[in-house]
Amino acid sequence: MLKVNELFKEELKVINMGLRSFANDVKSQDVPVIHVDWRPVAGGNKKLSSLLSRLKSK
Amino acid sequence: MVSKWLIKENSYYDSVTLMIITKEIEARDDVENAVVVMGTDLNKDLLNNVGLLNDEINKTTANDLIIAVRMKDESKFDEILAKVDELLNKKKSDAGEDYTPPTLDSAIKYMPDSNMVVISLPGAYAAAEAKKALENDKHVMLFSDNVTIEQEKELKELAVSKGLLMMGPDCGTAMINQVPLCFCNKVNKGNIGIVGASGTGTQEIMVQVHRMGGGCSQVIGTGGRDLKKEIGGLMMTLGIQALANDDNTDVIVLVSKPPAIEIAEKVLKTLKECGKKAVVDFIGGDDELIRKYGFIAASSLEDAAYKAVALAKGEEPKDAPIFTESEDKIDKLAAKEREKLASNQKYLRGLYSGGTLCDETLKLFTKEFGGIYSNIPLTPEYKLEDNKKSYKHTALDLGDDEFTVGRPHPMIDSYMRQQMIVKEAEDSEMAVLIMDVVLGYGSNEDPAGSLADHIKLAKKKFADRGQYLCVVAYVCGTKADPQNYDEQVKKLEDAGAVLMPSNAQAIRFAMKVVRGVIKC
Repeated sequence: MLKVNELFKEELKVINMGLRSFANDVKSQDVPVIHVDWRPVAGGNKKLSSLLSRLKSK
Repeated sequence: MVSKWLIKENSYYDSVTLMIITKEIEARDDVENAVVVMGTDLNKDLLNNVGLLNDEINKTTANDLIIAVRMKDESKFDEILAKVDELLNKKKSDAGEDYTPPTLDSAIKYMPDSNMVVISLPGAYAAAEAKKALENDKHVMLFSDNVTIEQEKELKELAVSKGLLMMGPDCGTAMINQVPLCFCNKVNKGNIGIVGASGTGTQEIMVQVHRMGGGCSQVIGTGGRDLKKEIGGLMMTLGIQALANDDNTDVIVLVSKPPAIEIAEKVLKTLKECGKKAVVDFIGGDDELIRKYGFIAASSLEDAAYKAVALAKGEEPKDAPIFTESEDKIDKLAAKEREKLASNQKYLRGLYSGGTLCDETLKLFTKEFGGIYSNIPLTPEYKLEDNKKSYKHTALDLGDDEFTVGRPHPMIDSYMRQQMIVKEAEDSEMAVLIMDVVLGYGSNEDPAGSLADHIKLAKKKFADRGQYLCVVAYVCGTKADPQNYDEQVKKLEDAGAVLMPSNAQAIRFAMKVVRGVIKC
């Protein structure tokens, strides 16, 4: 069975990244949701971010 | 005018929060331009376009908050900064005191049985987070755009290999296990499953199904590029298979802009193999191909819903009526509107927040009138020279990129549409103004209220010239949506708009007013 068909039988539990309002909408429907207080990797410094991702992939 | 700016390092806020704050600051009489943004490359372009970019701002990163203002009196800058702080703090307190982990990894540790990750981060970061979610066996809804087609292919191939949903990028609408996600209406539970590659097209079908007494089992979004050759319909195919295996789904509806022929064949073949009843709306596409595979083609979004509901009840599907009301009553109403127009008034102007609703209008109008100008035209010769300047018959998709740079989508914020209504009202040759009002989760709390005064203003401008403006509106929503549907309709009616019960009927009515009784 596809994992998506297992999902259809489970309670939806959401992780939200980005617009806070999307998490609030899900929460208002009494659906479990956790909002990630996301920030750009390496404080948005592209060079450092690229170095970090190269390190991670090793 | 003087320009002042402040940079707050390491202070990240989401784009919608900042756009709303920008709008509030810009509304001050003493401010000419205000830009409150994170220091991304895209935002630096935006600052450059309004002459507020400088060397210091150029050095910021995507984690730095920039407040840049051009104003009459620089002594007011501190007051403006205090207002920005107040609005930012208000947002924080509105958000409540729930635990908000800093990364996806920590969120998964905190809620290990989570099964869906909704991502609306800036495009440059979104794909990496989506990949991480899939690697952790989570389904993904990726709202963000600016994700490359190569990244989309990689993400969808990974998802398909695991049997996971990878809805998007640029996926605005889904309903999983009766939970509306992002921009989505609240509809009845039922046995109709939808796989949609077009957001407001999917919303319109859901809404019409609900109103016709049917209901939806699951609504899977694919993102607008899924049926392009490069992606090959990976998510639509998976969505069909998922609905085929789902005991609660008896009827499948597919909705998309016309796909490449080989992709259409691939999708229809998968649909054939699944053995369930189906309605397909490749909006304006090849209906013969759909019929060749034994499926029912729809002539409009409303027609797709009408036929799906019939199939879901075990009835023989028929074409949806041209109008819900009797044609005689509609003709009288149209004649009443038309007789108030002055002789020089002849053009239709459409101001849409929903891209697919605008596209459907272009197609229905073109069938009768031969063509209509737009920023998203059906053929290149109907592309407007200047997208902010209507020409003859014109319908605009105000959710298209050009209108949304630095501003929230018109389904969230009516500012651009308010401005365009007032601008269109200057043109004494306009006869009919048509617009959609999309309700549901994600949309503005009171879209009709935010447009009503501007509709009245436009009508007054015409009255002052001894003319009349016919305004036609359609509210895409249900009584279960968080906005009060009846109140939304009443606000538009009180402003003098004629309300129609579907997008297709709204444009058909508008066409009757523009040209007299037409053959539909």
